[in-house]
Amino acid sequence: MAELAAARPVWRQAASNWRIRIGGGFLLFLVAVALLAPWIAPHDPIDQDLLMQYLPPVWAEKGEAGFIFGTDNLGRDILSRLIYGARIALIVSVCAALAAGLIGTTLGLLAGYVGGWVDQAISRLVEIWMAFPAVLLSIVLVAVMGTGLHSVIIAIAVIDWTRFCRVVRAETMAQKAQDYVASAVTIGLPSRRILIREILPNVMPLLLVLLTLEMGIAVIVEAILSYVGLSLSSEFPTWGSMIGAGRQYVNQAPWLMVLPIMAVIATVLALNALGDGLKDTLDPVMRK
Amino acid sequence: MSAGFLLKRLLMAIPTLFGVAVIVFVLLRIVPGDPIAMMIGPGATPADIEQLRVTYGLDKSIAHQFVLYIGDLAQGHFGTSISMRQDVMELILGRLPVTIELCLMAMLLAMINGGAMAVIGAYYRGRWPEAGIDGLAGFMLAIPDFLWALLFILFVVILSLSGLPISGRISHAISFDAVTNFYLIESLLRLRFDVLGSVLLHMLLPALSLALPLAAIISRVLKTSLNEAMTQDYVQLARVKGFSRLRIVAREALRNALVPTVTLTGVQFTFLVGGTVLVEKIFSYPGIGNMAIDAVINRDLPLIQGLVLTFAVLFIAINLAVDMSYALLNPRMRHG
Repeated sequence: MAELAAARPVWRQAASNWRIRIGGGFLLFLVAVALLAPWIAPHDPIDQDLLMQYLPPVWAEKGEAGFIFGTDNLGRDILSRLIYGARIALIVSVCAALAAGLIGTTLGLLAGYVGGWVDQAISRLVEIWMAFPAVLLSIVLVAVMGTGLHSVIIAIAVIDWTRFCRVVRAETMAQKAQDYVASAVTIGLPSRRILIREILPNVMPLLLVLLTLEMGIAVIVEAILSYVGLSLSSEFPTWGSMIGAGRQYVNQAPWLMVLPIMAVIATVLALNALGDGLKDTLDPVMRK
Repeated sequence: MSAGFLLKRLLMAIPTLFGVAVIVFVLLRIVPGDPIAMMIGPGATPADIEQLRVTYGLDKSIAHQFVLYIGDLAQGHFGTSISMRQDVMELILGRLPVTIELCLMAMLLAMINGGAMAVIGAYYRGRWPEAGIDGLAGFMLAIPDFLWALLFILFVVILSLSGLPISGRISHAISFDAVTNFYLIESLLRLRFDVLGSVLLHMLLPALSLALPLAAIISRVLKTSLNEAMTQDYVQLARVKGFSRLRIVAREALRNALVPTVTLTGVQFTFLVGGTVLVEKIFSYPGIGNMAIDAVINRDLPLIQGLVLTFAVLFIAINLAVDMSYALLNPRMRHG
């Protein structure tokens, strides 16, 4: 049975993993929502209507049929803002995870393969980086760089590359001890080629897991930055800024906060499930 | 523990501290974006900007600025806060006790919660309560402290639990002329139980928000070590002697399973401390985390710098303490 399971292609195994199904399914749903936002959102997400302030959800006593989940402090439709907010969440999480992954993987591969002073210098840098409170540092960075999509992405990447660096370094060291690397060195392949063509593909499964988990972290950090009012200008609806407004008016209108919090939690849980599922499927040790 | 080991670890913290100081300098002065523009409101004249530039020494060369900056730090000068017009060090030291008490309470809650979950999980090994605990731990860990804080506030408001405060540190109705800012300890020593009760009640939700993710980690690691300990000879012996399973898990196995948990908990404690930045803001809790966000909002550069460095020093100190306690608990690591 064990051989049979191992002989199945990886993607078939992935498709039968319930974590990947749930996590990946939710993520696909989110991508669809983000892409179709202009067609499925019932209202313009930034359209203010002060006569329609603080409308409760439609099932509540004073709810209006046109605003299923109610309106916020400026009379904007909550559902439409939520739908458009998915766009920002996805863009930030994908870009920030890729950027953090690129920096961390490059340094991790170098530290793990070259060793010696290069490894010491990079490890020391990681250690110093870990001595910072990540959230505060990202807030300060965005404050210095100015708000905007690119600042948020840079801030997350600059803070979180260490996660990739530590894991990739350890994995590269383990790979370097394998026979195939020794053979590659013996037949005289240049180091750059060994790193990129031989070791990197073997680190890739692990990297995929890390990227998925990092996307979840990026969603949270973006929400935190918008909550503090440092992510994007108020023309862009983000889940974090919706939560921030909700906290301010929580006593008048508690429903303002419920949906965006649920959106963040569902996205983070889905990305975690996807990451864990990928880990189960891709990690050869776990598979045994 | 040998004095040499202690000295070595202390000396190793110095380059890390220096590196932290360098990075703070680079981030705040060299990264694109002008610190003066960040500090000053719209409406400022070029003369105002020039004046501030001179006041903060930003008219000098980067190298000169760096030497001045390191010199000031070495003497403990963090400068004067722009928004509060007070010495940064004094401001931070005044608020630090608030955050320290909050973090220690959160740690205590995490240990109790995580410990209980681990013991229950190990007791019911392989049966449905264990699966339930694993699921719960996964959920507690996936949701960060920031979202727990907001969820708690939502619960309090929706369920109208008016007895549970969601902002501040102590009820306005209570007057307490504290000598220190350690309200918890001071009220206990002065037998002011009204103050103690109010402070504990205000602390509950912020501390719980910080504690839950850490509790999940503790429960996972401790349960694994407990299950491992349960296969050891002395546990078999206790079983033969006829001790109850609960007694074996909670007394015999727990004692031996604690070492890896203590180490890991220490490392994770730094994340808990970092979490105070937002959790304090959300609950309007007057510690250094809340102060840090206000400093950023007010563009108070000297205060931001002082606070980032303070957090970094706390992190390094915690890691140092963890390394030392690990060496104390495990003689093999002493010369590692």
